[in-house]
Amino acid sequence: MKTDELISLLAADPALEPNTVPRRFTVALALGLALAFLLMVATHGIRPDLARATGEAMFWGKLLFAGSLAFAGLIATQRLGHPGVRLGGVRLALLAPVLALWLVAAVVLVAAAPAQRSHLILGETWRTCAFSIALISLPLFAATLWALRGLAPTHLALAGASAGLLAGSLSTMVYALHCPESGAPFVAVWYVLGVAIPTLAGAMLGPRVLRW
Amino acid sequence: MERTKARDTRFADSERQLRELLVKGLGGDAPAYHGFLKALSAHLRAYFRKRLFQRLDDIEDLVQETLLAVHNQRHTYQTEQPLTAWVHAIARYKLVDLLRAREAREALTDPLDDELEVFAASDTDAADARRDLDKLLAELPEHHRLPIMHIKLEGLSVAEAAQRTGMSESAVKVGVHRGLKALAARIRDSL
Repeated sequence: MKTDELISLLAADPALEPNTVPRRFTVALALGLALAFLLMVATHGIRPDLARATGEAMFWGKLLFAGSLAFAGLIATQRLGHPGVRLGGVRLALLAPVLALWLVAAVVLVAAAPAQRSHLILGETWRTCAFSIALISLPLFAATLWALRGLAPTHLALAGASAGLLAGSLSTMVYALHCPESGAPFVAVWYVLGVAIPTLAGAMLGPRVLRW
Repeated sequence: MERTKARDTRFADSERQLRELLVKGLGGDAPAYHGFLKALSAHLRAYFRKRLFQRLDDIEDLVQETLLAVHNQRHTYQTEQPLTAWVHAIARYKLVDLLRAREAREALTDPLDDELEVFAASDTDAADARRDLDKLLAELPEHHRLPIMHIKLEGLSVAEAAQRTGMSESAVKVGVHRGLKALAARIRDSL
C-alpha cells in the first residue's frame, strides 16, 4: 500500500467521539472500586467498630493519605497516557502525601516512650497489611491498566508504575475500612509498602501490556 | 543566528498550519484532515530519514506506521498542547520501538530528543514501503477487513460505503476504527 493510499483511507473518517477518555477512566475506576470493595468484604470484612472509628483522627488520616495519593496517581496516569505531556508538578504531588505521612510518623515515634515504639510500627497486623492491600488492588490494577490501554503511553514502565500506584492507593482506601490499626508509624511503613507492591508490578508489566 | 531564526519561523508556521488542519479534521472536516496527514507524512519522512540513514528502507514503513498511530491515537491530542510535542513523542516512540525490536542500537547516531526537528524539514518523495500493508490487511478477519476495503479500494466516503453495503454509517465507522486498530496491532507483532 502506498503512503498516499493509506492517507486517503485514514482521512475518510476523521471525526472523534467526544469524551471517550474520561468515560473510560470513570467506568474502569467505578468497576474496579466496586470489585475491590467486594473482595475486601469477602476476604477481610469491614472492621466491626467502624462507627466508633469514624470519630478518630487516624481513620480519616489514613483515608486522606491514600486519597491524595490516588488523586495524584490519577493525574499522573492520565498525563503519562498522552504523548508529549510531561509529569511536571505531579511528581511533587505524588511525593507530598508520603513525606507528610513520614513526618507525622517520625514525630509520633520521637514523642513515644521507647518501649512502645516497636508496637507503634508493627501494630497487630504488620504481617498481613501490605499483602492485603496488594491483594485487594488486583481488580483495580486490571482496571487502571485497561483504562491506560485506551490512551497512548510512550514511557511504558513509568506509565505502568503510575497505573499500579493508582490501583494501590485506591485499594488502600478500601482496605482502611477493614484495618484496625491506628498508629501513624504503622501506616507509614506498611501502607506505603502495600502501595509499592502494585506500583512495582506495574513497572514490570507496563512494557509488556501497554504497547501500541 | 539568522539561519536559526529562519528555521524557527518556518517551524512555527508549520506548527500553526498543521494544528489548524488537525483541529478542523477532528471536528469532522475530512479534506482538512487529509491535508494534515499529507503534510505530516512529509515531515515524518524527513525526521526518520535523518535518524535512519543506515536503514533507508525502513523509513517509509515507519512513516506509515506513525501515520496510522497518529490516527488511531488522535483522541489523545489535547488541543491546548503544542502539536510538535505530541507528534514528536509518537514518532520517537515508534522509532525506538522499531530499533529495540531489531536490537540495532548502533543505528542511533543522533540524540532523539530535539523537539523542534519534527517540523523543521519536509521530504515529499515517498519511497516504496518495504512492508506491504495490503498483505497485513488481507490477514485480518473479515469483519475488520471489509469496511476498510470498501473505503480504501473504491475510494468511497463513509456515507457511500454505508449505502453500498447496506450497513449503517456508524457500523462502517466502528468497523473502520476497529480494523485500523487491528492493523496497527498486526504491524506491532510483525516487528
